[in-house]
Amino acid sequence: MKRGISEVSHNLWPVASDAPSGAPGRAGPRRDGCGSGGAGSTSRELPFAGSDSEKASGPSPERIEHLERLALVDFRNREGVARLQAAIEFAGQLRAVDTDGVAPMASVLEDRCLYLRADDVVEGSCAEALLQNSQQTVEEYFVPPPGNITLPKQSEQGPVPKS
Amino acid sequence: MAAPILRCARPGRCWSLDYRPRRSRALFAEPVPGRVRGQSSAAAQEPRPGAHEWAAVVGLEIHAQISSNSKLFSGSQVTFLAPPNSLVSFFDASLPGTLPVLNRRCVEAAVMTGLALNCTVNKKSLFDRKHYFYADLPAGYQITQQRLPIAVNGSLTYSLGVGAQWSPSATKTVRIKQIQLEQDSGKSLHDDTRSQTLIDLNRAGVGLMEVVMEPDMSCGNEAATAVRELQLILRALGTSQANMAEGQLRVDANVSVHHPGEPLGVRTEVKNLNSIRFLAKAIDYEIQRQIEELQNGGKILNETRAFDEKLGCTVSMRDKEGKQDYRFMPEPNLPPLILYDAESLPVAADPQQVVNIDWIRERLPELPSVTRGRLVEQYGILPEHSFVLLNEDGLLEFFQTVMKETRAEPKKVIGWILTIFLGYLKQRNLAVSESPLSPSSLAELLNLLDSKVISLPAAKQVFEELWQNQGKTPGQIIREKKLELLQNQEELEEICQAVLAKHPQQVMAVKNGNQKVVNKLIGIVRRATGGRADPGRIKQILEKQLQ
Repeated sequence: MKRGISEVSHNLWPVASDAPSGAPGRAGPRRDGCGSGGAGSTSRELPFAGSDSEKASGPSPERIEHLERLALVDFRNREGVARLQAAIEFAGQLRAVDTDGVAPMASVLEDRCLYLRADDVVEGSCAEALLQNSQQTVEEYFVPPPGNITLPKQSEQGPVPKS
Repeated sequence: MAAPILRCARPGRCWSLDYRPRRSRALFAEPVPGRVRGQSSAAAQEPRPGAHEWAAVVGLEIHAQISSNSKLFSGSQVTFLAPPNSLVSFFDASLPGTLPVLNRRCVEAAVMTGLALNCTVNKKSLFDRKHYFYADLPAGYQITQQRLPIAVNGSLTYSLGVGAQWSPSATKTVRIKQIQLEQDSGKSLHDDTRSQTLIDLNRAGVGLMEVVMEPDMSCGNEAATAVRELQLILRALGTSQANMAEGQLRVDANVSVHHPGEPLGVRTEVKNLNSIRFLAKAIDYEIQRQIEELQNGGKILNETRAFDEKLGCTVSMRDKEGKQDYRFMPEPNLPPLILYDAESLPVAADPQQVVNIDWIRERLPELPSVTRGRLVEQYGILPEHSFVLLNEDGLLEFFQTVMKETRAEPKKVIGWILTIFLGYLKQRNLAVSESPLSPSSLAELLNLLDSKVISLPAAKQVFEELWQNQGKTPGQIIREKKLELLQNQEELEEICQAVLAKHPQQVMAVKNGNQKVVNKLIGIVRRATGGRADPGRIKQILEKQLQ
């Protein structure tokens, strides 16, 4: 499940100086106050809840490690971490929108009806087909790869973050 | 005593503690090593000089498996025993391209449970993803309702001390913080021989109702009673079979201790509780452990502990990885769940697509508390009797079957059922369903007793015989053992006369005014008749003959 940020399409990650293209999608009453949008985050302060030093110079090595463990993503090298910072800055453009008094949108589907299914048994009984997907099985059980292996530490000495 | 309201903010949990008068809390005085003392709900005790009191706070998180044919978001079957991975759909196995489709029955079950627990049912609730990696969670996240659950702010009332210790003042209430719908995970089996884990996804995706109880309880007994009452409610509603042994009801307890008047202590979470009895034991053990730890100058860590049944203690399950970050996010594939009531019901709605809270409320089955009241009224039994009847699985049905087939008074029947019948069961550690005695047999026996064919002691003998379950009816046993009451007046008088003749000293004593000796004589006559004479009649005859 490891995937690097570099796999993501370049088009989604603008360089910090690009002006944002304005609010995506709907022009409903909710989004009225954001036509022009911000001018991109010109200040280097990164918009996330980190320590002061992180706000200035990006996520700390401990936080990178923490994120890697949480999401099983490998940032792999300095370029990967730089992309992470660019992603954070990109998301920061949302702060330009004034959302005071506006209820957060739950989902783009929120005007749809949630379909309710009748309580009938219509699926299952396909153990053989499912087990074929697994590299290893024992009788009719899946055998997962061994879990809880500690990920290799980064070259810099970073203590395991404790909350 | 003043009633300060303590508020304590803690990461992830914030509750206010309404400090009630000491009477209704279980307080632990400075414990004698190895024992918990002072657990009393009686009037407040004066603090012993030097004694430092502790108060314990217990909150519960209960997961009840919804009783439905299919799973919460897929159409695969929900059942207990099945070949591994045979009840798994592509969605349950988290194959790409699959989407969740909500099961209507699960929504109804959650609404019913919410209504039965006096909750406010949210007309709009939302689904979220809770992320963590574990082999039995194929998607890497669980769909749950973290932001806006389906029901909030309810209450559950329970009564402490069933049976002999029941007292009307021991009724307590615990607040229900919320009820939410969520998915169950699969099962992992550890194969130690080959050092690997085996995964069975049959349980993955089964609908759960998580019931969060506020920390209004203060000891294992209260928590166990509250869970028992919840079990009875869920079974009465039919929304969950709530069988702890089969994993349909899982309880995690949050336990902390503090000195009254001071802020709440650090809490630990106790998991792996497989029965109500162990639940009470584990909580009481954990309370005691925390008190001892703090008294010895130690600290309580905010950790998860498992209950070891064999050792009767809790052990730390602490994961060295640090606190989990679940990265909650809205479930993008599910719109909000909208529920309706009679007022808001859209006119031309497809009934299959619409859940009407009022419609469900009108059709709620009878709840245990109502059943108990009805039994008291219908049969004229005491409230504490109705508690025992409901508390023991199958006992109520047994009682009602006996009542249908017997002429005897309910009060007499209750006496037999609760003292003799239940006593026999408990002594041999049997459930009502395992009773060798059928309700019809007991009904027949009680009829014979009621029409004075046999005496009470004889009836007890017959009961013992019936328990051996040799296929004989009460009538047969009575005939075989010649237990019928001696009805013949002349015969009785003869026997009494003979006894009096044999015991001249006692006769003298009675004539001199010693009434107690009469009872002795009655006993002798009874033995002479082989227990086949009604003591009342013997007394009558003797008294007549002694004049």
